[in-house]
Amino acid sequence: MIEPRLKIATCSLAGCFGCHMSLLDLDERLFDLAERVELDRSPLTDIKELGECDVGLIEGGVCNAENVHVLMEFRARCKILVAIGACALNGGVPAMRNQYDLKECLEESYVRGMGLVNAQIPSDPEIPLLLNKVHPIHEVVKIDYSLPGCPPSADTIWTFINELLSGQAIVLSYRQIHYD
Amino acid sequence: MSELETAAHPEQLCRVAIDPLSRVEGHGKVTLLVDRNHHIRQARLHIVEFRGFEKFIQGRPYWEVPVAVQRLCGICPVSHNLAAAKAVDQLIGVEQLPPAAEKIRRLMHYGQTLQSHAVHFFHLASPDFLFDFDNPIAQRNIGGVMADYPDIARQGVRLRKYGQEVIRITAGKRVHGTGTVPGGVNKALTLQERNYLLTDLELMTQWGRHILKLMKKAYEANPGYFTRFAAIPSNYLSLVRADGALDLYHGGLRTKNDQGDLLFDHLDYRRYSQVIREQVKSWSYMKFPFINSLGPEKGWYRVGPLARINNCDFIPTPVAEEERREFMALNNGQPIHATLAYHWARMIELLYATEAIRELLLDPDIFGDELVTRGEMTREGIGVIEAPRGTLFHHYRIDEDGLIEKANLIVSTTNNNQAMNESIRQVAENYLDGKELTEPLLNQIEVAVRAYDPCLSCATHALGQMPLIVELVEEDSGVMIDCLVRDANGKVRESFVEF
Repeated sequence: MIEPRLKIATCSLAGCFGCHMSLLDLDERLFDLAERVELDRSPLTDIKELGECDVGLIEGGVCNAENVHVLMEFRARCKILVAIGACALNGGVPAMRNQYDLKECLEESYVRGMGLVNAQIPSDPEIPLLLNKVHPIHEVVKIDYSLPGCPPSADTIWTFINELLSGQAIVLSYRQIHYD
Repeated sequence: MSELETAAHPEQLCRVAIDPLSRVEGHGKVTLLVDRNHHIRQARLHIVEFRGFEKFIQGRPYWEVPVAVQRLCGICPVSHNLAAAKAVDQLIGVEQLPPAAEKIRRLMHYGQTLQSHAVHFFHLASPDFLFDFDNPIAQRNIGGVMADYPDIARQGVRLRKYGQEVIRITAGKRVHGTGTVPGGVNKALTLQERNYLLTDLELMTQWGRHILKLMKKAYEANPGYFTRFAAIPSNYLSLVRADGALDLYHGGLRTKNDQGDLLFDHLDYRRYSQVIREQVKSWSYMKFPFINSLGPEKGWYRVGPLARINNCDFIPTPVAEEERREFMALNNGQPIHATLAYHWARMIELLYATEAIRELLLDPDIFGDELVTRGEMTREGIGVIEAPRGTLFHHYRIDEDGLIEKANLIVSTTNNNQAMNESIRQVAENYLDGKELTEPLLNQIEVAVRAYDPCLSCATHALGQMPLIVELVEEDSGVMIDCLVRDANGKVRESFVEF
């Protein structure tokens, strides 16, 4: 009997997509993975609404109101939620803006920047509200697992998914846990 | 500029959002405003990202910048790393790197180009070519390609892997490596590494040619569609080498207008601020650059593979040059304005990258031991590079302690901002206007955006749990008279829901 494939959803919040690139760095192992899991909502698919999933992989921290909504929805619909990479774990490089007021950051880009015409801070109902600070995702929802790294290597992600799928306790080797 | 940028009376129109755009790197959305007769009155691509790099990089030491700013983007980190590194070279007074250092950086960059072009075409965009627009959503992704076209999928996966391996060996790590240092690189290649990279290279070139054959087949199957879909006449901007050759690492700025006439040529990129301005619009975090002398209405331009192939006089490697000639013959040597031609041009560059990597791997300089040089410190540095998605500008000023005082970045995708907006308006006018909007029709908007390979992830935003909702609202009373919802499975149903 063929076991039903597990459903995995992925998303990138305030991140750089590097963790998704690390997932693609599984290379040929992607073919093995495709036999065992099915991708639900993800930047790699055209599915725009999240279904009920077994595992959710979250890249990036939380920097605006929409990030918060998406994250809470992932928590509600995924049995297991995983923080992947530095930004999800602790805010990462985007959180470097936390030392400044948001207004200062916006003004630097849109008002005081070089060679600007119509200098103004963008403001439109279609643009989501930015949060004053960038937050790691565990400050918003409960997280079941965290994979550190900027990004975690494909080997780390592979070990994690493999052992999770086979129901084993997840053991990462020394070389598979790094923070850079 | 298209009239669809701003509707005269938005309050009387229904809003349709494609949100999030999928199978692009990063997050963005398209909104359409439609009247009750299904005529589209406004179409906008919004980039809803904001990170604030220009601010928070201030006060950091200059040598830290290349490693920090590459975190703008995990898909083309090497490009940001190298553009910043080139600016930092100027800060430490270095005009010319030692040959070993420059060639290792070039190798890194061509590895990056190969992997980025492969991931865009195979992993993200290929379903647009291999499947029909109205195929089930569940099939329109790399998983569907793996199931139905396993050979193509395997080639894509291996091409990307090869590019990533070049990056790993030159930069130390596949994503966010640390190979560059001010004035050079920190490591040469070993013979063993060189031989490892040579092993599969011939196969990569073969696959590059193979995918171009498929591309030409797709074109021949429907040349009218290929030529007209989302096509817009535009100006083109890119770097070219001093002899007019395609060069992705270094050169002078060249722009051509839609007729192929040169606007400026071999301009020292350190003077970019004299020729480029950026307009801010209230509805997008992404600015709208334009060529200053032409003004914002006429001065917008396109960058990236299509611009580079349109602009260069030749490609300096034989197989890709043959492909370039065949491509340019489509419009008798004049610029090609077809937006879908971006994919074709991108695959020519993928092929070129495999050839450029071979030349570099066979060059004994890559084993050199003079890896770093230094000069007199200066206060300002500008680094420009042809990233996979187009011309990328990094500009830094430092204070007397070497701390960043001012930073200005124009990322590749920003250069294409107006062009992407024009393209979706063209598609909206020609393919959607007057029709009842269905999922396959809306997908065509995404196909147009996707052709540019936009990299919105430099500052990702994710909005998107909403299904697609189309509402018809009574003009006078504002009462909703009909509402369509597109579910996650792509089915469109009639429904009244809270909006």
